[in-house]
Amino acid sequence: MLRSVGERFKLTVNGAPAEIEASGDTPLLYALRNDLALKGTRFGCGSGQCGACFVLIAGHAAPACDTPLWSVAGKHITTVEGLGRSGALHPLQETFLAEQAAQCGYCTSGILISAAALLARNPKPTDSEVRAALDRNLCRCGSHNRMVRAVLRAAAAVAT
Amino acid sequence: MNTVAENRLRRAGSLEKNPRLSQWLRVHPDGTVSIFSGKVEIGQGILTALAQIAAEELGIRAERIRMVTANTATSPDEGVTSGSLSVQDSGTALRQACAQARALLLARASKRLAVPAGDLRVDDGAVHAGNRSTSFWECADDALFDVDVDASVDPKLPRNYGVVGRRAPRLDLPDKIAGRPRFLQDMMLPGMLFGRVVRPPHSFAKLASLDEGKFRSMVGLVAVVRDGSFVGVLAEREEIAIAAQRALRQGAAWEKTRKLPQDMQAWLRQHAVEHRVISEKADIDAMARAAKTLEASYSKPYISHASIGPSCAIAQFQGEKLTVWSHSQGIFNLRRDLAMALSMREDAIVVRHAEGSGCYGHNGADDVALDAALLARAAGGHPVQVQWMRDDEFAWAPCGPAMALSLRAALDVDGSIVDWQHELWSNGHSSRPGRSENPSLTAAWHVATPFERPAAINMPLPAGAADRNAIPLYDFPNQRVVNHYVRDMPVRTSALRSLGAYANVFAIESFMDELAAAAGTDSIAFRLRHLNDPRARAVLERAAQRANWAGWKPVEGRGHGVGFAKYKNLGAYCAVVAEVEVAQEVRVRRLIIAVDVGLVINPDGVANQIEGGAIQSTSWTLKEQVRLDTHGIASLGWEDYPILKFSEVPAVEVELIDRPELPSVGAGEAAQGPTAAAIANAVTHALGVRPRELPLTPERIIAAIERQ
Repeated sequence: MLRSVGERFKLTVNGAPAEIEASGDTPLLYALRNDLALKGTRFGCGSGQCGACFVLIAGHAAPACDTPLWSVAGKHITTVEGLGRSGALHPLQETFLAEQAAQCGYCTSGILISAAALLARNPKPTDSEVRAALDRNLCRCGSHNRMVRAVLRAAAAVAT
Repeated sequence: MNTVAENRLRRAGSLEKNPRLSQWLRVHPDGTVSIFSGKVEIGQGILTALAQIAAEELGIRAERIRMVTANTATSPDEGVTSGSLSVQDSGTALRQACAQARALLLARASKRLAVPAGDLRVDDGAVHAGNRSTSFWECADDALFDVDVDASVDPKLPRNYGVVGRRAPRLDLPDKIAGRPRFLQDMMLPGMLFGRVVRPPHSFAKLASLDEGKFRSMVGLVAVVRDGSFVGVLAEREEIAIAAQRALRQGAAWEKTRKLPQDMQAWLRQHAVEHRVISEKADIDAMARAAKTLEASYSKPYISHASIGPSCAIAQFQGEKLTVWSHSQGIFNLRRDLAMALSMREDAIVVRHAEGSGCYGHNGADDVALDAALLARAAGGHPVQVQWMRDDEFAWAPCGPAMALSLRAALDVDGSIVDWQHELWSNGHSSRPGRSENPSLTAAWHVATPFERPAAINMPLPAGAADRNAIPLYDFPNQRVVNHYVRDMPVRTSALRSLGAYANVFAIESFMDELAAAAGTDSIAFRLRHLNDPRARAVLERAAQRANWAGWKPVEGRGHGVGFAKYKNLGAYCAVVAEVEVAQEVRVRRLIIAVDVGLVINPDGVANQIEGGAIQSTSWTLKEQVRLDTHGIASLGWEDYPILKFSEVPAVEVELIDRPELPSVGAGEAAQGPTAAAIANAVTHALGVRPRELPLTPERIIAAIERQ
């Protein structure tokens, strides 16, 4: 069980270069949260089944809990903190606030990531396309419909 | 001299236990006001509603309010944030305290400006008399509020409200939506170590042997902590703690002990130790009219709280003092049980609340706090964070209890109910800390000198627990309701949102539909015939109207159904109409809900709670059951415990019936029971068969069809 902790991994996180010293099989989640202090990406299940830890890896929503550090070396990662440009909120975050689309908020970051990935590939989704895109994310508080409305509203705002 | 009425007012809400005005608020020179509440934010939006109440009575903008996160050192002790009682307990106290604070501030301003209080102009804390002015911020000092809260000042009349009753955005959501650190899980303290606990594979197993030798040399592992059957690890990096936890699981051998009953429903019915008749009405003349008798049994499985974020705590010893950060719903009770478990004095421990993932009742929040404290004791003053893994949470958080129910009723020839019998069998619905002679914290049962594990208890009626909402709100001439309490707990149970109300309302409202069908009467007309309470009738009528109940057009495979309850028979009135489609599985298309919570503080907050409750209840009702194997809980991940997904969530419409003249009651749990019953009744309407066992999975529906 001896691990080497001396490996260094270079990646780009939210547009900025980042260097992490850890074992290569460290889940990306802990590198983000504990090495880079980006706490918006959250632990939920450790096996990619709930979506609380989703980040964008080269534009695709993926579970950071299940992604080893070695596999993202040199890649571009976007976390919830990096969704907006230059400190401003992403349009999705604006519409989530406008719709009050959360209760406890623990799943919110991962859902914003899935929604951002959806809007990037399909800027005008239908209600059922939004739901299908968010099916990999679990919400326990029952804020689903508010979140779907917020995504559709953000899509409409970006389109105009 | 206080009149009886004034004494009652003085003791309103949480004031009896926390009578000093200074316990509730402090006005600062910078124009802000700190509000101290002992109630905690668990995703329900309570801080926002309480801030609205405080701003309203102080007559200041809500932006000036700072809600201070509860802690055992400086906050009022308001017990547990549970039971949909926070607006009643804390809101009522804050309303009176802030009304009095404003009066004291105005009296001092009046003295300072030498103008009668009635001649002052007051605007958002600024106080003017002619061209001279002062402010609340100048007038306040600690001595001013060092008095008892009393009834000398009347709070505002609801018709004069400007903040309460308006949609207020949640105070905590900007952080949560921006992804800023807000949760306990996000806290990083200097020198913090990460801990994990190696739990037995099953609840009653004892550690037989632990081969820890080969793990001691793991790089980054700080310590393996063993105390009897309690085994934990400490590491500098979180992923190392997790790897060590996994490795130690391989090295641990456990003695298996008791086996679980095979048929839990039958077992519950055979193992009750207390049989309490909680309601009895007799009318011999009415009984003599009985013409047709129906009976039916219903069941509910164990349900998991299934928080998305597993429970977390941080603990730190500084000399003999322990500080614990926890997302517990009851920080004072947690402190009491921690003190017992650690053989410490309560005053040597401070528990500070920090927000966690939604809990929906008693999940692992309290347990993990003792885990963190036990590991912190071995951490040489370093703070220790422990977050449970997914399987820890599913296996070790208490479950909402399984319940068995049997109902029997008699109709007269006119189709009116003349007799009603309801019996239920269940474990207790609370094993929260603070209520037993032994700590109700998992690790306390595993340490070398273990504590006895407390049995879950039931809180007494009228709120009740297993028997919550077992007494129907309908008017029946003969009635008998019996609560059979099962003390022995094969599976650890505790409070899950709405407690017994979920199963009792499911059974009562399903059975009302069975009786309505036997009487050949429309479901809503049948309920109204037996219901005199005008607020109850109003929510049913409003939901029926909004759903166009009378205009239903039959479509094959589709059905609609209704469910109703007044939560705890004391709280919110809620009627739900469900529209479903049944093919391979049940799909709920739409829920139409009418709610009466009295005076509405934050309309969007109430709507959000009702929507969320109804969607969560839909998930429980269609999908959820804790799976058991021979020795314990076998559903340890989301693949074994599926919950409702985005594409399966129904449209939800909520209509609030605002009653500004009536006291506010909580909204958080009102929809759980009525939603379940409405869905089951809609399934029956669609298929012509009656499902009586939860959840309504495809297998259960097929079984019901085959039974027919």
